[in-house]
Amino acid sequence: MRPADILSSLFPAGHQVTEAGGLLTGSGRLDPQTTVEVVGISGKTYPGVDEALALAGRILSIADRPDAAPLLFLVNSGSQRMSRRDELMGLSETLAHLAKALWRADQAGHRTIGLLYGGSAAGAFIATALACGSLVALPGAWPEVMDLPSMARVTKLSLDVLTEKAAGTPVFAPGLDNLFATGAIAEIWDPARPLCDQLKALLAATRDDDGRAGWGLERGGRVKAAAIAREVQRLALAHG
Amino acid sequence: MTSPSPTRHSWYEESARGRLAHLLDPGSFTEFLGPERREFSPHLGLFNLPHQLDDGVIVGDGRLGGRPVLAAAQEGRFMGGAIGEVHGAKLTGLLHAARQLKRDVVILFDTGGVRLQEANAGELAISEIIRATLEARAEGVRVVGLLGGRAGCYGGGSLIAGCCSALVISEQGRLSVSGPEVIETNKGVEEFDSRDRALVWRTMGGKHRYLIGGVDLFVDDDVAAFRAGAVAALNRPATLDHTVLAAEQARLERRLARFGDTADGTEVWARLGVADPAGVPNLDTGAFLTIATSKREGADAAR
Repeated sequence: MRPADILSSLFPAGHQVTEAGGLLTGSGRLDPQTTVEVVGISGKTYPGVDEALALAGRILSIADRPDAAPLLFLVNSGSQRMSRRDELMGLSETLAHLAKALWRADQAGHRTIGLLYGGSAAGAFIATALACGSLVALPGAWPEVMDLPSMARVTKLSLDVLTEKAAGTPVFAPGLDNLFATGAIAEIWDPARPLCDQLKALLAATRDDDGRAGWGLERGGRVKAAAIAREVQRLALAHG
Repeated sequence: MTSPSPTRHSWYEESARGRLAHLLDPGSFTEFLGPERREFSPHLGLFNLPHQLDDGVIVGDGRLGGRPVLAAAQEGRFMGGAIGEVHGAKLTGLLHAARQLKRDVVILFDTGGVRLQEANAGELAISEIIRATLEARAEGVRVVGLLGGRAGCYGGGSLIAGCCSALVISEQGRLSVSGPEVIETNKGVEEFDSRDRALVWRTMGGKHRYLIGGVDLFVDDDVAAFRAGAVAALNRPATLDHTVLAAEQARLERRLARFGDTADGTEVWARLGVADPAGVPNLDTGAFLTIATSKREGADAAR
């Protein structure tokens, strides 16, 4: 789905979301009582220090407001911008700051929902979609840590061999189904139904603690993580 | 904390276990889920790669200057310290315990980021570690990161470091998202020549990070210096609230406004007022700190 179609399906009562420089910003009305704040990265933009700071600034200003408007983060990005300048300026701090801003908004009562409708990769994925309290996706979304040809280069395996291995496990290859199986994504929405109804249903459900390791176990894509984390926690508490 | 000891013992050259042994009070360390439990990666066999019984990270508790802490050390010599499913889950579990116990954490970073052979599990683990870190910090827990390992601190590992309450670095520490080889592969050698080691240090090395306020303490590449640095970092504020994040936003905006048009570390240092920026890489720790202390951008706990 294109951003314009997504926004009109999310906000039948209208929205004021605009795009500039690969970033989305604005708000929409889910119903007459509920305003949803919107931020986003569109057009496969690679966020660098400038984009990450602009997004974080807007998210922190929403976090500081006393109302409880939910915050929807639309994501169709590349990976983080790979450049000498971005690293010179401290991209790791800036992306971490963006993740902290999203966490802070959620903690301050503004539910943060990531909606992955296109690509996202590597550090950009961690600091945007994965940093939201809940992450949903539309079919056709394409999350990846690294594309298979690059992975083939680094692992020194042929693309054919990697593709064959990818058929047997969701643990390393790109794609929505694989990320869903590992527990990264709460729900895959149905584009044939109004997105506003699906967002309302998500907002109506209470959000628990980080349940992603449990989903990875249930869905068979990440079967050890939950038990390992629980065992380390148990041992630490037992040792006092 | 910064004077080089006559018997310097390199942090960079040490193993993860060796670093922990020197960092913590003697005999105080207890490991959780150690190698005897054989919880190794279930995914490396698919790639005919050897596993390691602790999956490249050691987690446990101990004392640091008498103070109880939880500690984690990544082993950069096993798969470049890369984070996979088990490695990541051990860190997440430790941070969950830190929140419950309200006990400070020290993380000895040495990682290239996500382990590609289990990329999806590793990527998600990093997101879980970040959330667990912030939840612990919200309870007042300090999470101190030590940066001086041979693999550096790259990729998702650098984002975890960015969520710590305080960071300690040596000259050999490298902190960045995209590593030199990744930038060169994607953008060409004109953008970044990964074989130019001096360029790597000027762009992402410990001195540059300290000068721009990306880290809080600069120490010698020495196990005793890291221990002293960690003790000092554990005495820094750990608050994580709206005021701190608003101050971090202002700090990072100020950095971009002040240095955003520079092309090289030496230009940044010149603009900070360092008299001989080209000479900075050659300064020993004492001489560097004398200059850096008066000229650097401080983070002022806005982290």
